[in-house]
Amino acid sequence: MAAPAPVKVYGPPLSTAVARVLATLLEKNVQFQLLPVNMAKGEHKKPEYLKIQPFGQVPAFEDESINLFESRAISKYVCDKYANQGNKGLFGTNPLEKASIDQWLEAEGQNFNPPSSVLVFQLAFAPRMKIKQDENMIKLNEAKLAKVLDVYERRLGESRYLAGDEFTLADLSHLPNSQYLVNGTNVAELFTSRKNVERWWDEISSRESWKEVVEMQRSPSPRNA
Amino acid sequence: MVVKVYGPEYASTKRVILALVELGIDYEVVKVDLFKGEHKTPEFLKLQPFGVVPVVQDGDYTLYESRAIIRYYAEKYKSELLGKTIEERGLVEQWLEIEAHNFQPPVYDLVVQLLFNPKLGIPTNQERVKEDDEKLARVLDVYEERLSQSKYLVGDSFTLADLSHIPFTQFLGGMGKEHLLRDRKHVSAWWDDISTRPSWKKVHELYPAPF
Repeated sequence: MAAPAPVKVYGPPLSTAVARVLATLLEKNVQFQLLPVNMAKGEHKKPEYLKIQPFGQVPAFEDESINLFESRAISKYVCDKYANQGNKGLFGTNPLEKASIDQWLEAEGQNFNPPSSVLVFQLAFAPRMKIKQDENMIKLNEAKLAKVLDVYERRLGESRYLAGDEFTLADLSHLPNSQYLVNGTNVAELFTSRKNVERWWDEISSRESWKEVVEMQRSPSPRNA
Repeated sequence: MVVKVYGPEYASTKRVILALVELGIDYEVVKVDLFKGEHKTPEFLKLQPFGVVPVVQDGDYTLYESRAIIRYYAEKYKSELLGKTIEERGLVEQWLEIEAHNFQPPVYDLVVQLLFNPKLGIPTNQERVKEDDEKLARVLDVYEERLSQSKYLVGDSFTLADLSHIPFTQFLGGMGKEHLLRDRKHVSAWWDDISTRPSWKKVHELYPAPF
C-alpha cells in the first residue's frame, strides 16, 4: 500500500475556499489527503484547529515543508512548488503572464468574491441551515454582481479566458462560488444571459479537475485523491 | 521609463506608491479625484474597467489591483520582498491574503464610516463602526500572537506582507482607533518599525493624509 500523501488539506469540500485549493491540486496532479473539519459542530473554532488556522477559517494546508492557509495563497504555493507537473501554465510561464493572472485573481478576490459570497450564503447555505434569507442583501448583491459580470462579459469577448487564451488560476478561482450560483439558484441567469460569460462558464466548469471537485462535494465522506 | 500611477494619493494608490519608492522606481501620479467621480468616466474605465483605483501604465503595459501591481514590481526588482524561498513566498502570499480579506475590510469600512461619509454628508452608522471595531480587535489579536513569534509577519525581514498594511493602518490614528495598535505590545512595536521606514516617511511627506 502506498504511503499517505504528505500534502494535507483540512476542511469540508463544500466550502468554496476549500474547493478552490482542491481544484488547484487536481489541476497540478498533486496527491493529497482531505481531512474533515466539522463546522456544524464548531470544530473550526476549537483550540486544536486554531493552532493551524488562527482565524478559525477553512481551509488549512500542510505539506512536508510548510503549514499555510488562505486558499489563494495555497493555490499559488502549489503552482510554485509543483511547477513541473500537471498544468504547467496554471500560473503563467513568464512575469507578464503571471502579473496578468495575478490582476484577475485580485479582481476575483476584491470585486467578484464579495457579492457572490453573500449570494452563495443567502441562496445556497441559509436555506440548508434554516437561517432566514435577507432579501435586501440578496437584491443589493445581485445588482453588484451584475455590474461585475458586465465587465467580465466585455473582457471575455476579447479573450477566451480572463488572463488570456489559456485557462489559468484566475479562472479557476471563480469556480467554487459560480458553481453554487449557476446550479440551483435563481441568479444563474446573471451568468447564462451573458453570452461570453456563459461560454466561459461552460468551458471552465467542464474541466476534469472541476468535475472531480464537484463529485467530492457530493460524496458524503472525505476521500484521498 | 516612468511608471504612471493613476489614483488619489491615499489608500490603495498609496500602497503602490510606497512599493515603487521602496524599490527605487521612477513614477508619476496622475490624480483621479474620487469625490468628483473621475474613476467612473469612460476614459478611466478604459484603463480600469471595474472603476476602482489605482491602475498603472508602464509603457504599453497596463496593470490594475494594487496587490498585483506591487507583487509584479517586487518580483522584478527585489524578489526578497516576496520571501527568499518557495516556502517563505507561500507565507508572504498568505499574509498578503490575510491583509486583503481579514484586515482591510473592517479598516476600510471604518475609513468610509468615519472619514469619507462625513465629507459626503452621509451620517455615520455607529452600529457598523462597533462591528468593525470588534472584528478588527479579533484580527489584531491573531497578529499580536504572530508578531510575538517573529519581528515581521514573515520571519525577521520586512516583506511585501508588512508593506501592504501600511497605508490603511496609517488611517487608524486619524479616526481615534490607534489604541487598537497600542494596546497590543508586539503589534505596536511592529507598527513603529514599519511606519518609520524611510520609504514611508518620504511617501507621507509627499502625500500627507487628506482627512
